[in-house]
Amino acid sequence: MESEKVVLPASPPQGGFLNHGLYRSRDQRVIGGVAGGLGERFGVDPVLVRIAFALLSLSGLAGVVLYAVLWATVPEADDAAGPVLPPKTMRAVAMGMVVLGVMILLRPLGLWLGDAAASSLSLAALGAGVIWLTSPESQRKRWSQNLHEKMPEHPMDTLGATDRVGRLRLGAGALFFGGGVLLFLQRTNALEAAPGIVFAVAATMAGLGIIFGPWGWRLLRQLTEERRERIRSEERADMAAHLHDSVLQTLALIQRTDQAKEMVALARNQERELRAWLNGTPTHRDQMLSGALEEAASAVELQFKVPIEVVTVGDAPMDERMQAVVDACREATVNAAKHSGAAQVSVYMEAEPDEITAFIRDEGSGFDPDAVAADRRGIAESIRGRMERSGGSALITTEPGGGTEVQLTMARSK
Amino acid sequence: MSEARIKVFLVDDHRLFLSGVRSELGEEFEIVGTAGEPAVAAAEIVAAKPDVVLLDVHMPGGGGRAVLEAVHRDHPEIRFLALSVSDAAEDVIAVIRAGARGYVTKSISPTDLSAAIRRVNEGDAVFSPRLAGFVLDAFGGEIAEPIDEELDLLTQREREVMRLIARGYAYKEVAKRLHLSVKTIETHVSAVLRKLQLSSRHELTRWATERRLV
Repeated sequence: MESEKVVLPASPPQGGFLNHGLYRSRDQRVIGGVAGGLGERFGVDPVLVRIAFALLSLSGLAGVVLYAVLWATVPEADDAAGPVLPPKTMRAVAMGMVVLGVMILLRPLGLWLGDAAASSLSLAALGAGVIWLTSPESQRKRWSQNLHEKMPEHPMDTLGATDRVGRLRLGAGALFFGGGVLLFLQRTNALEAAPGIVFAVAATMAGLGIIFGPWGWRLLRQLTEERRERIRSEERADMAAHLHDSVLQTLALIQRTDQAKEMVALARNQERELRAWLNGTPTHRDQMLSGALEEAASAVELQFKVPIEVVTVGDAPMDERMQAVVDACREATVNAAKHSGAAQVSVYMEAEPDEITAFIRDEGSGFDPDAVAADRRGIAESIRGRMERSGGSALITTEPGGGTEVQLTMARSK
Repeated sequence: MSEARIKVFLVDDHRLFLSGVRSELGEEFEIVGTAGEPAVAAAEIVAAKPDVVLLDVHMPGGGGRAVLEAVHRDHPEIRFLALSVSDAAEDVIAVIRAGARGYVTKSISPTDLSAAIRRVNEGDAVFSPRLAGFVLDAFGGEIAEPIDEELDLLTQREREVMRLIARGYAYKEVAKRLHLSVKTIETHVSAVLRKLQLSSRHELTRWATERRLV
């Protein structure tokens, strides 16, 4: 839970009936964000606040009324809402006491659900609380929010019963919970009456549902998602097989013939585009260095009709520095395609954990770096300048008749 | 080596392509047969006894890989050069692991194709820049527990050679840059091919599947 940040109280939006720093939560919302807001304000897990509301609701709907009043009077949080306290076990216990106290206070007023139900429900709540509070935070987060996460092998794993302590803890919680349910059934004499059996079964099922529900739900969702993904990828594989047998063959054939350069470049470009589309992740592609490099190469290729072979090893997400690499690379490629007279340009990029290296190479005419025409030097300088401005470097190796290789190096952003 | 021309067999279900390659290679090599259907290709290859088979990877009915596997089991002396419109990692790695000694895309120039056939015939491996990139990618990164150090890791030298090939250098230029003989470079490349074929590195297959460039 992102409760570590302590935000300074902002001036309350109009409608707040007190300057108490209490807002309805935007991110911890199930119904109106009241429980989430209370939890954030007082440093209690919102789930516990919700349980408290549920318990109070059993006392003559006090919880429902309280919730409605709070919902109507407490303003919704804006971006910088009141102080957020990290959830603490002690505060949770304190809140439990407060709830219990309120329930006992309401008892003489007749707002009471009966001694039998109250004691057994409290016991059940205690059990659930034990399970909840003693689970590692990561696990709780998983239970409450992350329904997309990968399935564990076994349902017990979802509950954190992966080691002995975990299993003991879970067992204790379940015992409390089951005891509460049983006690409730016994006190209300439900166990003796025949229709009571149905109720007992239902109660047990409900208990199981609470424990295993999230797991089952997630299983269902994941199965559906997997099925959908499988169908998608099967369709794409079918399409790919079909295109390999038809269009891609033709495009390859055109590139082998003595067609005009324009024709060959066009075929190559179409082939590249088709592959990119078949690859199926166009949205991610230009956000990654490899995709951006390929896109740049494709544009240069189409403009100068010189094939550009791009090979990438590893990858990095695009940022300012990577953009500098792409720009410098494009310039070096244009330079090679335009001036070197080489039949092909090779681009190689390797992303290592702390550094990006790229090579742009042609086997063309090359040039004498000390005595070059002003325009070529200008390009060389601009490649170097571009890299250096972003904290990288460029090394140009060339000699007349020996081709040119530009090496770009850039440290990766942390 | 004798004066005899290298015997080449072509397998491709695209007639236009078949006849194109045939006329390109006909002068330098002896084309001992062609097959357009994978189902009959294996038997025809065995009967024709070629030195090198040029194999299209993407064909209906199991594709080139089935042909390769069928022939390779009993006739390891017949060498395969895979020829494909696809340079997807999945396809490349699969066909190399099935026993091909090299992989080139169909847009390769006739001169380069001839050179590749000669190289494969001599028992060497043919690595395109892209295949070298795949190798670096697949063998890159840390591996927690190499099952077989011999096969699961590239040596520093092999890595250097692969890098230069990926950068677009021909074997001859790689040799010059590393101050080694072309023969040594060929030995390194063959060693990498062997690793690629035999390594039990499970990442290899998984990596290839994940990287589904078609």
